[in-house]
Amino acid sequence: MTAATIAPPTAPPATGKPRRAGWAAKLVPYWLVLPGWLWLAVFFIVPTVIMLSVSTMTGDIEAGFKQTFHWSTYTDAWSTYSVQFIRSLEYGAIATLLCILIGYPVAYWIAFRGGAHKSSLLFLLLLPFFVSFVIRTQSWNFMLSDNGMVLSRLRGWGVVSSHFHILQSSTAVVGGLTYNFLPFMVLPIYVALERVDPALLEASADLYASKFTALRKVVFPLSLPGVFAGVLLTFVPVAADYVNSSILGGPKTTMIGNIIQTQYFTNLNYPVAAALSFILMAILLVGVFLYARLLGTDDVLDAAAA
Amino acid sequence: MASVTSQVLRAPEPTEPAKPKRRSARRVSGRWLLPAWGWLVIAWLCAPIIVMIVFGFNNTTGKFNIRWQGFTLRNYRNVFGIDGLTNALENSLGIAAISTVLATILGTFLGMALGRYRFRGSGSVTLLLFANIAAPEVVLGAAMLSMFLTLGVPRGYLTIVLAHVMFSLAYVAVTVRARMVGLDPSMEEAARDLGAGPVTTFFKVTLPIIMPGVLAGALLAFALSIDDYIITSFNSGNTVTFPLYVFGASRTGVPPQVNVMGTLIFMFGVLVAIFGALSSRRKRV
Amino acid sequence: MPESDPSLPPDLLRGLTSARLSRRSALQLGGLSALSAVLAGCGIAGAQHSSLGLSAARAEITKFWAAHKKTGTLDFANWPLYIDVDAKDKNVHPTLDAFTKQTGIKVKYSEPIQDSGSYFSKVQPQLASGHGTGFDLMVITNGLYLDKFIALDYLVPLDQSAMSTFYAHASDLAKNPSYDRGNVYTMPWQSGITGIGYDPKKVGKKITSWNDLLVPALKGKVGMFADTEDLPSSALCAVGVNPETSTPRDWHKAAAWLKKQQPLVRKYYEQDYIDALSKGDLWASMAWSGDIFQANASGATLEFVVPSEGAPIWTDNMCIPAHAAHPRDAMTYMDWVYQPKIAAALAEYITYITPVSDAHAVIAADAKAATGTDRTGLEQIASSPLVFPSPSDFSRLHRFRVLTKAEEKVWNGIFEPIFQS
Repeated sequence: MTAATIAPPTAPPATGKPRRAGWAAKLVPYWLVLPGWLWLAVFFIVPTVIMLSVSTMTGDIEAGFKQTFHWSTYTDAWSTYSVQFIRSLEYGAIATLLCILIGYPVAYWIAFRGGAHKSSLLFLLLLPFFVSFVIRTQSWNFMLSDNGMVLSRLRGWGVVSSHFHILQSSTAVVGGLTYNFLPFMVLPIYVALERVDPALLEASADLYASKFTALRKVVFPLSLPGVFAGVLLTFVPVAADYVNSSILGGPKTTMIGNIIQTQYFTNLNYPVAAALSFILMAILLVGVFLYARLLGTDDVLDAAAA
Repeated sequence: MASVTSQVLRAPEPTEPAKPKRRSARRVSGRWLLPAWGWLVIAWLCAPIIVMIVFGFNNTTGKFNIRWQGFTLRNYRNVFGIDGLTNALENSLGIAAISTVLATILGTFLGMALGRYRFRGSGSVTLLLFANIAAPEVVLGAAMLSMFLTLGVPRGYLTIVLAHVMFSLAYVAVTVRARMVGLDPSMEEAARDLGAGPVTTFFKVTLPIIMPGVLAGALLAFALSIDDYIITSFNSGNTVTFPLYVFGASRTGVPPQVNVMGTLIFMFGVLVAIFGALSSRRKRV
Repeated sequence: MPESDPSLPPDLLRGLTSARLSRRSALQLGGLSALSAVLAGCGIAGAQHSSLGLSAARAEITKFWAAHKKTGTLDFANWPLYIDVDAKDKNVHPTLDAFTKQTGIKVKYSEPIQDSGSYFSKVQPQLASGHGTGFDLMVITNGLYLDKFIALDYLVPLDQSAMSTFYAHASDLAKNPSYDRGNVYTMPWQSGITGIGYDPKKVGKKITSWNDLLVPALKGKVGMFADTEDLPSSALCAVGVNPETSTPRDWHKAAAWLKKQQPLVRKYYEQDYIDALSKGDLWASMAWSGDIFQANASGATLEFVVPSEGAPIWTDNMCIPAHAAHPRDAMTYMDWVYQPKIAAALAEYITYITPVSDAHAVIAADAKAATGTDRTGLEQIASSPLVFPSPSDFSRLHRFRVLTKAEEKVWNGIFEPIFQS
């Protein structure tokens, strides 16, 4: 997908100003990009650099923080919270895998069986996301509570003991994460499946392939870019989430996002907080940039635009 | 890639029409599995929404909206009954409005530049947008907080708006870019040949054509802003937005007015989406 | 700053901040009026005060309060559910309306404080850069963060001459607390006990001690707090140590107790334990006394117990943040709520420990005058040791430990991993 280019006007138009040709026209894209780029530079790039600098400061809230290039904050932060880091990556991986397993068939269904109703089905899929995700997660907190609609019924049927609870477990947290990020997986896969030419499926049928073989050998490989885009758009936010863990989680489900939040707002330990954020960002963005290098940015950007 | 493959495969024309599908018992029984799964997933996704809507009608006594206690419209009549919640909603709507306008303007220009022109640095700008979209919210929020702390900027309404514009303008940019890529440049050339200046061309030719993309981007920016929790919680100071209120209300019990407001926002979004779909369908006709 | 130094004797501190007789008027009263007419022309100038010293500081404070007059507006920041509300309209607070009627000061009431730590982190940058917080009056719990507010001079010292109601009616718990000797910066709003709240029907038996929360039958149904004040202090009580005088070795013992309990704990809660307890997700939990009272008033059937080993008692304090726009109005309100009638009206709704022991008589009288459920409710409040603890109750209640910066690091390092795992 290459950007279309316009040829600069070869001859000045009859009533136009001759100045418009040449270098002024070449500057147009730069002028267009400038405001947005400036905003991102000031509020995205600069803060990241400042965060890096905060992470090597020492001090406390009363005496103030001074830049001392104290790099051992990083090693201390990692050794103290490595469990939470690894747990976040684990939850990210499990939730992403679940999203693929749950979401791929749905994307396939809409793309290939949706027919005239494709956009309505997509709409239904995205409908819940018109409600704030905090409300949605609180809703699950309500539905899955020990005496709530789900568990009281299960207990009535004798399926679970009176001590059993879903909430405050890693299952609940991973379930919440999968729930909240499913569309981020379904959409890119759908976009990729949509591009598969139905003539290919006809051709494979003509070549005596069963539906399943066609899926395995033709459709799935063609949809892989979408799957990879979905993995990226799902894994990164899931690993960094802390709201699901906060509402649905219990002891031993703390994620690194919770720790970062606590360090900033309860402990007021800004260097450690900044160091943890930076480590998280480094881990995730290394993966992101590797992805961009290998597979290009277009699929992710198209998915975001969808 | 798909088009190339299909061209290759289209060369040998099939000599007979496609084989009639064999309806074996196994094939028929398998066919309903996929839609069943799809509908099951959709039901799972919608379940909490239905619960939210239903419990907005709950006749709650006491503080906790826990058990169903009877149907009432009282909460709808009293939707603005809790000052803190109403104030939070006002903040959210105001912030969303301002940040949508700013993000749409900045993002549209960015998207136009990327979709239309090839210029030095376009690759790095694309990468910047990509990094912004892919970066986790915790990191975006924490980085901005670090900057505000270092510069001694008090956090509040303004810092929330700044943050919201930052993370939504990339989404507007990619949406407009997608639209711009498909734009036929001959329209603009024609306008220029007819003597229109660049500004006139933009407002009378380009903008109307990409307007669906701009509106889609604006809607996306609005939705992202209204719903944002993580980045807002890092940069809000004392200001309370709607998601922040809901999250913090768990101590006092989430009041049913939250359900009502969530339902109303949901209905509004649904209506806008349906309206958008209908009007674009009408345009196509 | 001298005001914050807890080692100064309280009477000295009181003296520094209250009005005094000046040398000049003493001379005049000495009856040298005749000579003074002659000597009026000449005199000996008073000795120059140096700008450093406790008297100079006192003079600054007096000057500050003399310069600030009533403005008619008060911005009050409080915790949720911490003031009386009208039965019909939750946005109306009868005592605030009474205050406005009596003094003409309009109160803008908000509830932005969820916990002292995050509130401190929110307002700290504003105060550090010399701006106000937007509020004139806030309520902060004694402990780490109140100490930080004081140490950083983020609080306006109170006008001791405007605290007559306070000194007339404040209980011994409220006057001259260990964390603010001489009430230089704070006047208590309410105090509370951190004990155990439980559902007797689900638990099946009476709970009387912290160690009752170690029973395997409660696995997955026990809630504890996720903080570095209530949780460690309760654990220290559980292992038989007074938190106020505990040593690092005691801290490790307490941490071991908590780790032993960890497999039974469903979650370490911020403040949403009361929701879980009311829903039935929890059967027993660490709890704040007033929360259980209020939950029962809303229809729950929970019980609160002060554990036999002892329990932490804390105080939420009214204080004036620096750069407040209307400090005089805040001062007026702070003193005004110490009238027994007002304190009783607040206690009847808030049901935490009121700092005005004279309110007890008022509530008892209100109970006699009421009928039906109102009467039983009021009688319950009047007779509850959770609102009016007896002296013997106090022997089991302990304040949080005051920590130095170095100790704070050790303390956090020991206790944070327990609820942040």
